Amino acid sequence: MEHIRLPKAENVRLLNRLSPRRSCVGTLYLTATHSIYVESETQVRSETWVLHSLICRLEKQVNTSTGSPLLIHCKNFQVLHFVFPQEQDCVHIQASLQRLSQPEQYEELYCFSYKPNVDEAERREEWSFLNLKAEYRRLGIPNSLWRTSPVNQSYKVSDTYPAELYVPESATQQVIVGSSKFRSRGRFPTLSYYCKDNQAAICRSSQPLSGFSARCLEDEQLLEAIRRSNPRSDFMYVVDTRPKLNAIANRAAGKGYENEDHYSNIKFQFISIENIHVMRSSQQKMLDVCELRTPSMANFLEGLEGSGWLKHIKAVLDAGVFVAKAISEEGASVLVHCSDGWDRTAQVCSVACVLLEPYYRSLKGLMVLIEREWVSFGHKFSHRCNHLDGDSKEVSPVMDQFLECVWQLTEQFPCAFEFNERFLIAVHHHMYACQYGNFVGNNQRERQQLGLRDKTHSLWKHLWDTKGDYINPLYRTDNCQSQGVLRPSTAPYCFKFWSGLYNRFDRGMHPRQSVEDYLMAVREETVQLEEQLASHKEQIEKLENKPEWAGEAEEGPALSWGLAPGGFVPQAGTPQDYSGGFIASSSPCQQRSPVDDRLAFTPPQNQTSEADLSVGSEQESGIADVSFNSQLSEDGPGEPDPDDAAYSAA
Amino acid sequence: MEFSEHIRTANVENVVLRQPFHPSTKGTLCITGHHLIFSDRESQSCRQVLLLLRNIDAIEKSVENLLGNSGLLCSARWKERAPGPSSGTLTIKCKDLCVFQLDIPGMEQCLNIAHSIEALSSMDEVADMYPFFHRPHDASLQDQWGLSSPQHQYHQMEALQRGRWRLSSVNGDHTVCPSYPPTVLVPRAISDKALLKAARFRQAGRFPVLCYHHRKNGKVIMRSSQPLTGANRKRCQEDELLLQAVIDGSDKGYIIDTRSSQQAQQARMTAGGGFESKSSYPGWTRLHRQMEKGKALQESLIKVVEACGDQTNNMDRWLSKLENSKWLYHVQTALSTAGLLAECVERDGHSVLVHGSEGTDCTLLISTLAQLIMDPACRTLEGFLTLLEREWVQGGHPFQQRCARSAHSHARLQQEAPVFLLLLDCAWQLWYQFPLALGFSENLLLRLATEAYASDYGTFLCNSDRERCAIGVKEKTHCLFQALLKPEERGLYSNPLYESTELAIWPSVHPQSLQLWRGFFLRWSQQGRHLEEAHDEMRNMICQWGRLAVR
Repeated sequence: MEHIRLPKAENVRLLNRLSPRRSCVGTLYLTATHSIYVESETQVRSETWVLHSLICRLEKQVNTSTGSPLLIHCKNFQVLHFVFPQEQDCVHIQASLQRLSQPEQYEELYCFSYKPNVDEAERREEWSFLNLKAEYRRLGIPNSLWRTSPVNQSYKVSDTYPAELYVPESATQQVIVGSSKFRSRGRFPTLSYYCKDNQAAICRSSQPLSGFSARCLEDEQLLEAIRRSNPRSDFMYVVDTRPKLNAIANRAAGKGYENEDHYSNIKFQFISIENIHVMRSSQQKMLDVCELRTPSMANFLEGLEGSGWLKHIKAVLDAGVFVAKAISEEGASVLVHCSDGWDRTAQVCSVACVLLEPYYRSLKGLMVLIEREWVSFGHKFSHRCNHLDGDSKEVSPVMDQFLECVWQLTEQFPCAFEFNERFLIAVHHHMYACQYGNFVGNNQRERQQLGLRDKTHSLWKHLWDTKGDYINPLYRTDNCQSQGVLRPSTAPYCFKFWSGLYNRFDRGMHPRQSVEDYLMAVREETVQLEEQLASHKEQIEKLENKPEWAGEAEEGPALSWGLAPGGFVPQAGTPQDYSGGFIASSSPCQQRSPVDDRLAFTPPQNQTSEADLSVGSEQESGIADVSFNSQLSEDGPGEPDPDDAAYSAA
Repeated sequence: MEFSEHIRTANVENVVLRQPFHPSTKGTLCITGHHLIFSDRESQSCRQVLLLLRNIDAIEKSVENLLGNSGLLCSARWKERAPGPSSGTLTIKCKDLCVFQLDIPGMEQCLNIAHSIEALSSMDEVADMYPFFHRPHDASLQDQWGLSSPQHQYHQMEALQRGRWRLSSVNGDHTVCPSYPPTVLVPRAISDKALLKAARFRQAGRFPVLCYHHRKNGKVIMRSSQPLTGANRKRCQEDELLLQAVIDGSDKGYIIDTRSSQQAQQARMTAGGGFESKSSYPGWTRLHRQMEKGKALQESLIKVVEACGDQTNNMDRWLSKLENSKWLYHVQTALSTAGLLAECVERDGHSVLVHGSEGTDCTLLISTLAQLIMDPACRTLEGFLTLLEREWVQGGHPFQQRCARSAHSHARLQQEAPVFLLLLDCAWQLWYQFPLALGFSENLLLRLATEAYASDYGTFLCNSDRERCAIGVKEKTHCLFQALLKPEERGLYSNPLYESTELAIWPSVHPQSLQLWRGFFLRWSQQGRHLEEAHDEMRNMICQWGRLAVR
């Protein structure tokens, strides 16, 4: 590869942020797609893989006596702190990674070179795993109120919309085209979700080009048609998800929002969600707090408040709740838009869907929802996730926020979702990793031009095939939480900091034992036992019916009845290394972290399944690097005259 | 004292009760010497609500309502809501953080009820309290009171360390140290006479006694109060010998002082207290960790509860109030100090003496947590209750003073401090981080949080063992810990996921790892409900599996 200036650097130290004493020495290799760090001083081969597409920032720090430090910040919130003995190595590695992590063309992305051992027919099959047409059919569409419109077949009306769109039965081609001319990027109001039970619908669009006074008859007619498609309600909501000031400012640029006087029977509502720039800087502030080495409780909470991150998450969820309520309680249809209708609009529509319909709380349902509201409706993944070397002002964690909203809901309703936290983190990871073609490009048209369906693999099928990892053991379809509409509380205290994502790689911070894994094991064994019980009963019945039954009811089958679930949870009794000195306290019960290892260490090419590659790197059980001992270890026991030394925490 | 003189109106009909999780219901309200009883006659279910008056922390009378009903400002709105021509609303705030309302017809009746509640809920004569009247049908006063004794503890460790330790009855009549039990564990080498002298050198007589013996390496945790060195650096040979005997001459020990070194200095200079100086105690190394207690802690509780009740729905406000309350900071400090203590014993292999000033609050907090971290025997349901009994009840935590009032009270703060609550919160944090390693459930922690403030049982009465003996608590009341271990209660209070592990459970004390204890602080919000459903589901799964696997 021409971009690799230095394929290998030796004696590189990898520092552990939370416990400096757990740092190690090894060799860093650069390949076309990954950087691989191999520890040299361990018994077991230990490797850390970093996918180049996940690198978001390289930070070279001032040289120290030990060498040249290079920090690699990844989009999945991993931070690797390397120290190179030779400054030259550091410079070369940095330059190489800079280039490798910022491809200039789509074709350089990992998905085009990722070739798992899957034959072509199977690969094609992967792409038909999700079918949006079938999804609309599931919703009962088309029907007498809504129909398919061929208007955007060749992406002429809106180049960022999908080809297949659903519109009110009564809306003519002329009305649609007319309306599209009155909307930013031609994104006219179209169906997003239809509630079979009460015929209310969620529609989405971009902002109208109303300026200070402009009107568009067709647009007004289209909204009226949408309202009429919900015969049970005599009005509809129009929700502008921007802060009012922003919307007003847009009017000066010939854009703006709907005037209630011009549209019949609409109720117009602003719901303030901030724009992508505010969100980007908010997330950065929050990440800065996460990366503090030893923050005090006050530092952390103040920083979290200062970042505004949870406030924004709450705003998105509040908006989703508003829409879901309008649909489920008032039976009114809702049109949602923001400016372009691909960021906040996608967030709000999809949160509302999750609240409204149990299906979207299932594994496949969430996939379908993401595919529909985000992928097909043209959320600009490649821009927002910075897949290519591009405009940094286009980057924004919009989809991250949606995933976090879902996570916040899973925390509030632990039994309502079929998937677990790992699934949300997996989706987050792949959004950035570009190992699969799903999120590459900014809209359907681009994806078609890139031929992603012909050249890359699909994530959804892969996630489905490994769904065992992603199941929430507490989910049961007959549970009261998993049925009907979710009514979450959005009181501020209901929102938690998602350390499972943002501090994903700081293992010491997470619960050391996983209830989920334990319950999964219990669940699996219960199923097995039930099956055996059933077959035994059957046998007994057979024997009883035989006259010469000898009464030899067989005691327990080969399966170990007495096997405690602990047998499935080897970590609970893992022997520990307590010799790591005063500072490295190990936790005895490190379960697998909530994060799937395989996500972190993506395999190189030509692997059958990445599952084989939970690379040996993180075999050590998570280490509790307990900051309480830092004082003690540094100037504690050895202190010559500790009489006047205070060991109280600063 | 007669309860009846406080009860002007014993019975009121047509009272409306508005309570979290229940639709408001109309019924009869009844006040007895110890209880508020509400029975609902209308609905089929015949709901009865029984509330210990002792549980009531504060009561608010709705003034505008009363005015409205006095005929001066009789608005139609009130007429609609209120049963009858005049009524008042009492908002009752409990020590278990529950808040509910009673609409009482008749202004006078309402005021009478309020008066009775105020008077009866704040009576502080221990012998009149409900535990002395509580007679459950399934228990007898002859039943064993308490779970363990120092003798028992001694026998457990005797086999391991014969000869090093002994039981002393120097405090047999509670005169040496009122807050210690009659028998304590001390180094064998130290005579009772020496103990007497050492006790005089320690605040309130709390001389160093053994509270935990670490089986793995024979090291121990001792606890005491501060030495009374005072401004002129007094010494006490017996105290020095006692500590010397703990570390047995050869190796060294740590003293964890729960005050900053400045605070310790100040205590020495101005209050006759002090600390163990290096020169007098050569084998010992002091580590100072400042922990808040008393008023600061009580105020922190009041603030965090207030933050949880904030209705403004504003994220910034919530986070800043949470931060401002400092509650999580106290949790962090307690866990990290306990971690330090456990680390000294388990990893560094040294014995530790813990004390602050009185040695009845933070000292107990961190010695308890350290034992939970290190000792698997403390993590079972019985083990945990035994630990609490040993460290807190026998160890002399002044429950009556500390738990007189909780977060809602408007009474002036005196000796109140939620140290025990902080312990339960820290235990919950451990449980959250190691959900399989502890044998007890969140329900147990919640129950204890309630019982410490208002109880049918005598366990948390009084401030010390001496007081309890003086009024015959063990003879005249029932023991909570025994009740919690009854077979029919066990299911609720044990952790279905429990898998014992011999290893230490080191908690992470990063801010990201510590959580607000929602189960407690937001217990009465809808949120708690969904989590409870999840716990039920878990329990069901384990039960179903258990049934099949045992067959």
